[in-house]
Amino acid sequence: SQQVRGMATLKMISIRLKSVKNIQKITQSMKMVSAAKYTKAERELKLARPYGIGAQESYKKAEVKDEEGEKGQLIIAVSSDRGLCGAVHSSIGRIVKTDIAANLNTKVVIVGDKVRNILQRLYAKNIAMVVTEVGRKPAVFGDAALVAQSIINSGIEFSKGKILFNAFRTVVSFRTTEMPLYSQNAVANASKLPVYDSLDSDVIQSYTEFSLASLLFYSMKENATSEQSSRMTAMDNASKNAGEMIDKLTMTFNRTRQAVITRELIEIISGAAALETKN
Amino acid sequence: MALTRSALRLFSGRFTQACQVRGYADAPSMSLTFAAPSQVLYNNISVKQIDVPSFSGSFGILPAHVPTLAVLKPGVVTVFENDGSTKKFFVSSGTVTINEDSTVQLLAEEAVPVDTLDISAAKELLAQSQSQLASASSEVAKAEAEISIEVSEALVKACE
Repeated sequence: SQQVRGMATLKMISIRLKSVKNIQKITQSMKMVSAAKYTKAERELKLARPYGIGAQESYKKAEVKDEEGEKGQLIIAVSSDRGLCGAVHSSIGRIVKTDIAANLNTKVVIVGDKVRNILQRLYAKNIAMVVTEVGRKPAVFGDAALVAQSIINSGIEFSKGKILFNAFRTVVSFRTTEMPLYSQNAVANASKLPVYDSLDSDVIQSYTEFSLASLLFYSMKENATSEQSSRMTAMDNASKNAGEMIDKLTMTFNRTRQAVITRELIEIISGAAALETKN
Repeated sequence: MALTRSALRLFSGRFTQACQVRGYADAPSMSLTFAAPSQVLYNNISVKQIDVPSFSGSFGILPAHVPTLAVLKPGVVTVFENDGSTKKFFVSSGTVTINEDSTVQLLAEEAVPVDTLDISAAKELLAQSQSQLASASSEVAKAEAEISIEVSEALVKACE
């Protein structure tokens, strides 16, 4: 029976070894794909950065502040549909959860399925809108414009708002950041606004709508780059771990194989010795 | 006698105008950031003057311009650089912000140098959008066709 067990264990180990080797191949190829996507995303982000920073400048310079009022808070959580990218989605989900817990009158617009899955269980009532099919292809301005248009059309009102996304720092690090969002009333009541010439509500409305699309576009670009670099790191670690497992399994496999052979030899020899002594 | 007097008056008028121009040139320079979602044209570059087409009228921006926000109309943006050269870009839409400290953010949805425009393609686009308007059924489709016409008309004008 020991012999049978030895053979069965050998087969089990070799099956396990084969599957881990396959997994390592998959994670290595995912890493290559993410590396290529990351290079492209980083290039596009570099071109989009002056645009995104410029879009935030006007609100800073005009010293726009959140509207006084009880219309609640709007959070736009920017993320994507695909996983296996480290802490990208969970860091956003965590901050949204603490924000909702602090202020129950919060509406969340979710861009990307993964954050929806995180928030669905406890805060399904706070979810105003979910945008899917995000992350497969690089974002273009048209996508951000579409999301902005839907938010505007839905008529969500808010006194305080923010866009939550992962800002790209380096290949190995990203930071979850927020960009403030201001309602039209907040802009109209900005402390420095009287200094600005020839403004009417039409101009302010078009301006805030275009800014919303621009800021969303910028946050999507930053998030995409952070996601690809995080996935690259995660898949690299996974391949390394798989490699370690393969080494350990190979060791176990060889040891078990040798033990099986030794056992067979012992049985043969003791059987032969038993026959000899009988004679 | 009268001729010389009126000539003197003419000359003095022009002289004061020249003084005014010199006044503006001494003002602090203006830093322009002109970007589109996928390209950067100017990033905090000091320029002399910028002409922009906006829905509240086309206007030129010089240093120490009064702060304002405006929404861009399809048309040509002309940038007068410090070394005297001018560059023209066609923009489809966007916003322009002039701040108190003379920084200008020109954010365009799409911006292309005018010399890369093809006039025959622009005219074709205009014809297409006009037929679109004729066949438009809903309000939304009509509005979209009108926007298309506005952009293509501006494109044709920019090429000429």
